[in-house]
Amino acid sequence: MDYFAQQLINGLVLGSIYGLIAIGYTMVYGIVGMINFAHGDIFMIGGFIAMISFLVLISFGLTAVPVILLVMLLVSMAITALYGWTVERIAYRPLRHSFRLAPMLSAIGMSFILSNFAQVAQGARVKPIPPIITGGHTLHEGATGFNVQLSNIQIVVVVTTMVLLALFTWLVSRTRLGRDMRACEQDQTMAALLGVDVDRTISFTFVIGAALAAVAGMMYLLYYGLVDFFMGFVAGIKAFTAAVLGGIGSLPGAMLGGLAIGLIETFWSAYFSVEYKDVAAFSILIVVLIFLPTGLLGRPEVEKV
Amino acid sequence: MKSLKFIGLALGASLALSTAALAQDTPIGVAGPMTGGESAFGRQMKNGAEQAVADLNAAGGVLGKKLSLQVGDDACDPKQARSVAEKFASAKIPFVAGHYCSSSSIPASEAYAEGNVLQITPASTNPVFTERKLWNVARVCGRDDQQGAIAGDYIAKNFKGKNVAILHDKTTYGKGLADETKKALNKAGVTEKMFESYNKGDKDFTAIVSRMKRDNIDLVYVGGYHQESGLLVRQMRDQGMKTALMAGDALADKEFASITGPAGEGTLFTFGPDPRNKPTAKAIVEKFKAKGIDPEGYTLYTYAAIQVWAQAAAKAGTIDPKKVMAAIKAGTWDTVIGKISYDAKGDIKVIDYVVYKWDAKGNYAEIKAKGS
Repeated sequence: MDYFAQQLINGLVLGSIYGLIAIGYTMVYGIVGMINFAHGDIFMIGGFIAMISFLVLISFGLTAVPVILLVMLLVSMAITALYGWTVERIAYRPLRHSFRLAPMLSAIGMSFILSNFAQVAQGARVKPIPPIITGGHTLHEGATGFNVQLSNIQIVVVVTTMVLLALFTWLVSRTRLGRDMRACEQDQTMAALLGVDVDRTISFTFVIGAALAAVAGMMYLLYYGLVDFFMGFVAGIKAFTAAVLGGIGSLPGAMLGGLAIGLIETFWSAYFSVEYKDVAAFSILIVVLIFLPTGLLGRPEVEKV
Repeated sequence: MKSLKFIGLALGASLALSTAALAQDTPIGVAGPMTGGESAFGRQMKNGAEQAVADLNAAGGVLGKKLSLQVGDDACDPKQARSVAEKFASAKIPFVAGHYCSSSSIPASEAYAEGNVLQITPASTNPVFTERKLWNVARVCGRDDQQGAIAGDYIAKNFKGKNVAILHDKTTYGKGLADETKKALNKAGVTEKMFESYNKGDKDFTAIVSRMKRDNIDLVYVGGYHQESGLLVRQMRDQGMKTALMAGDALADKEFASITGPAGEGTLFTFGPDPRNKPTAKAIVEKFKAKGIDPEGYTLYTYAAIQVWAQAAAKAGTIDPKKVMAAIKAGTWDTVIGKISYDAKGDIKVIDYVVYKWDAKGNYAEIKAKGS
């Protein structure tokens, strides 16, 4: 039981990180109907900016951990959002009315550009940082000497994810901007006729997606203690899978998909073999998609006439 | 069409120029992971090679000709290693010091053999490298069957009756080393409680870590590279475990300590006796230190690989790879890491692995064997 609890914690934390990235995929897909393959690399950029701002703050002699974390978060969200906006502006907007594959190819190209840019600008080496959030709690002392351990950073990751998910669900369902987004999702031409600034709304979607990716990048940096220019690829693929599993286009679906992938990987490693954890995760994805083609929480696509 | 022709002409001209420049010098290569996760070791090799070439040139070069160094980047990827090898072969480079990852050195060596290039690896320890009886390969480091034997012996002596787990990353190097260690361990009467693998590049090891916690593992032996080992240690400490980690020569870089932080204290690994402490290396270590480089890990091994080739070429009176290789296997060479002589396969005759331990400050030192 203790063992199960410990693995549950492991899986939830991993799943939260996947979920945070998956939200960015799902938001863009929901509104523009394209898969932003560069999103994983935006996440990587977010991690790098958090790492750089951490080093800058330390070099100024700052030691107050909450201040450091807050500044890291704000700086990396702001700059990464700028990246998101720029990518949309130069790589996707000119192709919006082109054939369907064009923006997707442009996104794949953007993904290469971003990861190569990070490699050239920051070097190909792994960039580690010392642990910032340390310490933890022993939740339960097992009789056999197995203690269930929950570290502070794990709490931070899960709480941040939940708060952000709530915030963005509120944003999409209750605010003016969210209404514009949903209008663009349904029918861009009609939305434009009714006075919604479609270009601006789409830009905002990318900005928000990138800011979320920055948070995920920072959580990743804090949790694993390192970033490298290649990390966006694998994390991006997993998060994209999570978005599809949860039903692409649905915010809670992305989170659910992320948690599902994280938990499947962890429990498979825990009770079966570590070697086949990715095989297990993707097999379950296939099974789910056979029975629920739109994913766990996805709505069936309605043909617009 | 016209522009194509022009490009062709320009290319031809630049090729001609570069070969003209090379005609005066003898080009030699160094190849390793200059980018990617293992780039810390690629940099060690490049540092070692650059210093060796500079020192040889200052002493008049090899056979009256200066050396020029070409750097190849394989990113520890077998396909890229093969293409680096083909590039070197077509440029008629007679000698390459490389590569780092065994999974790169092995496929590359075949391309070198076909392209008439002599290859001495400073770092690849997988036995297969020299076991295929290729004419062109040699190494200045040890082999994983020896390294595994030392590790297995150490574990059997110091962790008697404790629970041991073995993990590997499925790479040629990692799996090879894990298998050799397991063999040595089982022979000494210790059976591991867990034998699992992960993917190179994984970041999240929490599930494996909890599993080891459940099984009360006291020591985990990792056949893998430093990044994953570092993350494993960090995540074990996060879950409140005191389990020690032991690995192979891939942990011989300070980058390991910067990943683990103080959590790396007590981590063990096997490596040759620190080449920096050998009397033969003293002058060269000073030179590196003056440039602000700590010649750790495989820096001096790469230096030694180039020394072996240069001395053998001087003795053979030619840079023809086949003749130089015959000379290498027949002679004894004075290198920065000591005297080296070879068997017929290209393995060095005297190999001595020792066990090192990381301390809390991020340095490693040899541990003296108990009672011997």
